[in-house]
Amino acid sequence: MSPQATHDDIARFNFLANFNKYMSNVVVSGNAVAYEHRAAPRWSAQYGHAPANRREIRAAMSNDSYYQMWSALRRSGMEMRQQAGRSLVLRQMQALRDRAHELNAACAATLRLDDSIKIPRYQSELDNHCMPGSYYAEYIEGDVSSAANYDAGMFATTTGLFGRYLDGAGRGTAQWLSRHRPGWQPRRILDLGCGLGHNLLPLARAYPLAEVIGVDVAAPMLRYGHARAVGMGLGRVIFQQANAETLPFEDASFDFIYSTMFLHETSHAALRNILGEVRRLLASGGVQVHLEQPPYRGMSDFEQFLRDWDCHYNNEPFWSALHETHLPTLLADKGFAQADIFETLIHAVVEDEMPKVSAEVEDFGRGGMWYACGAAA
Amino acid sequence: MSELDLQQLINAAASGKRPHFFGDHDVDRLLSIVWAMAAELAVTRERLDTVERLLAERAVLDRAAIDAYRPDASAAAERGQWQIEYISRLLRVLQQEVDALQRNAR
Repeated sequence: MSPQATHDDIARFNFLANFNKYMSNVVVSGNAVAYEHRAAPRWSAQYGHAPANRREIRAAMSNDSYYQMWSALRRSGMEMRQQAGRSLVLRQMQALRDRAHELNAACAATLRLDDSIKIPRYQSELDNHCMPGSYYAEYIEGDVSSAANYDAGMFATTTGLFGRYLDGAGRGTAQWLSRHRPGWQPRRILDLGCGLGHNLLPLARAYPLAEVIGVDVAAPMLRYGHARAVGMGLGRVIFQQANAETLPFEDASFDFIYSTMFLHETSHAALRNILGEVRRLLASGGVQVHLEQPPYRGMSDFEQFLRDWDCHYNNEPFWSALHETHLPTLLADKGFAQADIFETLIHAVVEDEMPKVSAEVEDFGRGGMWYACGAAA
Repeated sequence: MSELDLQQLINAAASGKRPHFFGDHDVDRLLSIVWAMAAELAVTRERLDTVERLLAERAVLDRAAIDAYRPDASAAAERGQWQIEYISRLLRVLQQEVDALQRNAR
């Protein structure tokens, strides 16, 4: 299902992948040096105290020329990644649409689109992580280009740490579940905000007898994801267009509900509604888990400041709020028992030949390790 | 969709205000162009590297033949088209600024 890339398309992504790697392995660390030797002393001289929190650090650093350069390069890299993906995908959008249509027709029962689903305002207000048209733009009837662009470019953004098929988080979740509940066979599995289903397919492989459903509001992602799944021999996986705040499923009808890097793209109100739906849908004896970048609590102010960059400059408006939210408390508010609520780390599971993240240099979210919070019902 | 319309769509900005980081906003704009150019230089270098390796591998021609090459009309037209795409890729940030100005004017 993947778009056909030319030599130049591949070279463009090669450059961006190497650029991103160089930025996170080399360039980013200069910020700490610039802060310690230049920005912090300047701030202290002016205000009589060191920057007291991540906001003051950002104010101090925004006048520092190294941080300015790093930020401008990083933003340019984000924009260039989108441009490279769109230049690859939009020229073949008709062919991709036709290919998806053909694959989808072969397993029509498991692609469940619903054009009454509206894109929630928290998604439509701002194109997520600088992705023009976000997940849902449709330039032609039956368009899949937004999803194809997302699929094509993610490897460059994550420099291989999510695995060849970008399913490291899904494989990690399946591995975690098999260790957490050995021998358990969930009958029905739900992935919230599944996108094109990168992290949904590993659960379908791990539990071949389960009914596996991914929901998302964006039709292009579901069309492309379903076609991709059919192409990989997983036509039984259901891709359903639905808003996770009001899901069209019966109470207590799922044994395992999870999400990967989804919650930070929802609003304050939506997050609470979504977890309320999980409470309603989770069957007795079931479990939920949500993979995310780690919360800010316990981190140094400088670390928080660096991680907060995406909120301010990469169109991630709910990033800071989510990372300041105490998810265990939120789950308790939704009626889960304290003793059943947990926090853990989940590692990406990727092919042997792919790069691995070491515990020392992990870069949560872009690296191959996630904070996870969940609860048993 | 015409080729130019397609280029506009490819180079569209994400919604939301484009941040600037330098005191002089012109520097942000210039960096965006320079960095896109750096990427395209890497793309060209990679392609050239492929060509040179393939040629050497197959003993098809020597370096002197590359220097002596002159394009015919159709090759020249293809190169011209490539240059248009190349330039629109580099000047993406200008298009986006004009698009935003027009959107705001409506």
